[in-house]
Amino acid sequence: MSHRSRLLTRPALITCRVVVIAAVIGAGVAIAASRTLAAAPGADASAPLVAAASDLKFALDEILERFRADTGIAARIAYGSSGIFARQVMRGAPYELFLSADEQFVHELHAQGLTRGTGELYAIGRLALFAPTGSPLEPDPRMDDLARRVAAGQLGRFAIANPEHAPYGRAAEQALRVRGLWPELRPRLVLGENVAQAAQFASGGDTEGGLIAYSLALSPELRRRGTFALIPDSMHAPLRQRMVLLQGATPAAERLYEYLRSPASREILARYGFLLPAE
Amino acid sequence: MDWTAFGLSLRLGVATVVILLPLAFLLARWLAYGRFRGRGFVEALVALPLILPPTVIGFYLLTAFGQQSPLGQFFQSLLGRPLAFSFEGLVLASVLVNLPFAVQPMQNALAAIPGNLRDAARCCGLAPLSVVRRIELPLALPGIATAVVLTFAHTLGEFGVVLMVGGSIPGETRTIAISIYDRVQAFDDRSAGVMALVLLVLSLVALGITNTLARRMARHD
Repeated sequence: MSHRSRLLTRPALITCRVVVIAAVIGAGVAIAASRTLAAAPGADASAPLVAAASDLKFALDEILERFRADTGIAARIAYGSSGIFARQVMRGAPYELFLSADEQFVHELHAQGLTRGTGELYAIGRLALFAPTGSPLEPDPRMDDLARRVAAGQLGRFAIANPEHAPYGRAAEQALRVRGLWPELRPRLVLGENVAQAAQFASGGDTEGGLIAYSLALSPELRRRGTFALIPDSMHAPLRQRMVLLQGATPAAERLYEYLRSPASREILARYGFLLPAE
Repeated sequence: MDWTAFGLSLRLGVATVVILLPLAFLLARWLAYGRFRGRGFVEALVALPLILPPTVIGFYLLTAFGQQSPLGQFFQSLLGRPLAFSFEGLVLASVLVNLPFAVQPMQNALAAIPGNLRDAARCCGLAPLSVVRRIELPLALPGIATAVVLTFAHTLGEFGVVLMVGGSIPGETRTIAISIYDRVQAFDDRSAGVMALVLLVLSLVALGITNTLARRMARHD
């Protein structure tokens, strides 16, 4: 076909063929690879699917590790903002167990008939003032140094979780309002999508600090990056954390729910600074 | 390195290319050869995902996937579960978002074929389908290859839309781009770094291939 060779040079044709062949081979490899990779632990579609507030990040990882050792069940876990998870469940997200940082979201889902019962209070969260190594901010429980720096107009950026949908963001706003710092501090705020992102902002060194979950501040990862002080729980509404099984929860999810109520799990939660509700 | 997420991204890329390519070829052909009013408008529609914020696309898709919408109800009855926060939902979103990446290179390649060549083929008695098979497809091959590479690479890198309509469900909607975001929030900079590097290299290779093809194509014009 002479018209063909005139329009498309030979090397061009060869390149095209190579690309098309490579694409076909690549697709085959990709499909085969994804099959193999899908068999990796944690990807098993029958593993219970858990949505958890991001203040649980380190504590729950530890609990799930033990749960797997004890039962052989590897849960699939997503950490994020409780408010965003609640919205996703309302839109039909297939989570089986929801560990909220604010029980209000559990009650809202229950009112819509999306849960099995009203679940159970599993922990009460606390707030911590965190300052990364090298920050001029000195964390103290009453946030006196923070107030001083704000009054002097010296404070740089300050991180909290987004108060619009993250429970720890709401608690941080309350504490800052109680201390009378909110109006002046507001323009200095950087908002994390959830409290784990706020902790990442607060510890990265680009901010002078932030109000984050005490449970995250106690983790080895954050201890390494700075200092912190526990905020008195009188300064904000209690972070009553409730968990609930959602419609469609499998027996494996039910077992995990029971496991989370066990002394072993409660001991880990207590170690990460959570207050435990009385039996 | 989150291998589950990487595997999921590969699967999403392949599914997107396989579904989108035939549709996009028909659309590209229509735009390249069709004479009709409002072509500029259709072209603008196709190009829209290039400039629309992913949150806008994500918002509309979430609304369209909802159980209140006809589309949402249709898929609910088909799959037995909602389209939002599922792999199927991601594929659909990905097909829409990648429309310009698949259509535009093929449309350009098809438009570059001289009209008299296609006329001649038809005068010589080639059936319309044979014209597509023996003239258009071979000559538009660089454009098609570019479309495949760009669509695949762009699917691997898509973030905003996936975050909004997919959430971050392991093995279902947590793609490699989302996994990087999660790893950073989990203070796991090492895994995030490895995965970021993988995406960087893949994207670089993809762009290298497309640029080579574009140059080859320009040479024969």
